[in-house]
Amino acid sequence: MADLNMIEIENLNISFGRGSRTNHVVQGIDLAVRKGECFGLVGESGCGKSTLLGAIAGRVKDWQGSIRIGGEQLGPKKRTHEQLRRQQMVFQDPFGSLHPRHTIGRILMEPLIIHGVKDREARVEKVLEQVGLLARFRFRYPHQLSGGQRQRVAIARALILEPEILLLDEPTSALDVSIQAEILNLLKDLRERTGLTYVLVSHDMAVVAHLCDRIAVMKDGQLVEISTRQAMIDGAVHHPYTRMLREGSLGYRPEGAVVPA
Amino acid sequence: MLDQTTPLLSVRNLTVRFPSLHVTAPAVRGVNFDVGREKVGIIGESGSGKSTTGRALMRLLPKSTTITADRLNFQGEEVLTLSDRRMREIRGHSMAMILQDPKYSLNPVMTVGEQIAETAILHEKLSRRAARERTLDMLEQVHIRNPARVMDLYPHEVSGGMGQRIMISMMLITKPALIIADEPTSALDVSVRQQVLSILDELVSAHNMGLVFISHDLNLVRSFCDRVLIMYAGRIVEELPANQLDQATHPYTRGLLEALPSLLHPKDRLAVLQRDPSWMEA
Repeated sequence: MADLNMIEIENLNISFGRGSRTNHVVQGIDLAVRKGECFGLVGESGCGKSTLLGAIAGRVKDWQGSIRIGGEQLGPKKRTHEQLRRQQMVFQDPFGSLHPRHTIGRILMEPLIIHGVKDREARVEKVLEQVGLLARFRFRYPHQLSGGQRQRVAIARALILEPEILLLDEPTSALDVSIQAEILNLLKDLRERTGLTYVLVSHDMAVVAHLCDRIAVMKDGQLVEISTRQAMIDGAVHHPYTRMLREGSLGYRPEGAVVPA
Repeated sequence: MLDQTTPLLSVRNLTVRFPSLHVTAPAVRGVNFDVGREKVGIIGESGSGKSTTGRALMRLLPKSTTITADRLNFQGEEVLTLSDRRMREIRGHSMAMILQDPKYSLNPVMTVGEQIAETAILHEKLSRRAARERTLDMLEQVHIRNPARVMDLYPHEVSGGMGQRIMISMMLITKPALIIADEPTSALDVSVRQQVLSILDELVSAHNMGLVFISHDLNLVRSFCDRVLIMYAGRIVEELPANQLDQATHPYTRGLLEALPSLLHPKDRLAVLQRDPSWMEA
């Protein structure tokens, strides 16, 4: 049933450095994301979740194992433009991920130029509308936009190449609660309208459970558990680490506090 | 010594205005609150003036800032009229501040031990030896294993959670009456956050201190604090006991609560906050 799986990863290993200083960031990960699914990846800083996302996106090139996207086997070496277009990333910090001296129009135009897409003007207008921004925003600079608007631009830039997969690396953690709600709603609507596949990385269990159907928990470069949204809501999780993350997102629990061993 | 019923800190009509070429609204506009020996949370979005309020209490804002208040009374003293010299005695001694990110708030070229001991040497006139003893004891109180080893480390050699525990030990070494914690756990992972909060909770109750806990995390404040102040556009729009946050009546607070994705009460779509200009005046 390979055609139903958008992303298939088998025995993926990623390490940085060599010799005695090798750091094994991702260790033997197997996972499959179905077409149109929203797959969540949670874990603490340094667990390798962003690196895993980077490998899927083609940003991280030193990996061993197997990655298949849309049934096509990918190697760690250079990918073709056509392969890169399929998955696009949205980064955490909308203040850092947009070029401060480019207008929104130019920021959105750049991927089109790189990929040699025709019909650029119309595409820019269409994508701005898709993310709920007015057409006149294309003449503005990032500093003239609020945090939520900037994140909409970052999402627009990812969407403009019409990818099949959106890789979201902590898309709302730099935003206020009220703005986070707007972006989460936007992401939910986009998926319903376009049938995109999402991989969402976050440390906030509530955000992941809001969007995702299945949730993988990562610790020290390994997957400790793949659970479902319902299991996460009901608390039917098995691994103690998953339980700890879940409790943590519910607020402060004096009795549940662990004194470092 | 003040008795338990008079508040440690009493603030009336606090206004903070930053200098600007244009005429701008003040960052904090007529804020009133009291803090006793309890945990008071201040919630608000970025730009709502919560951190500015916290800094104004300690007079940590730039000199050009205009701070006015009908009353800013801390343990019987009017903070705004104190001399700089007296303020230095209070700061770090009876009123201390824990900042968000230990990476930026610890001095990178001093060992952890020196930094913590410095507070004790300056404020309590302890000898180096006595200060070292106190530091070791303090590090133990924040549950750091092998404090003698940690003392000689530099800030870049410790993890984020340990850095924040070091910050707490530095701030608590003089046993201040009031601690202002500005987003103390926002830079930390969930598991570490629980540890840091339980240590803070434990020490604040053990020494009977007052705590002002500034945060944007509603769930955290709700479960950690005794009382919550909700700030919007430089004003306190609502004040509630933390466990009654669900019964909030102000539309802004309600909007925030509804915009929050919840694990226990999942909803299909999140309510988007509709801002009402009249909240600015409320």
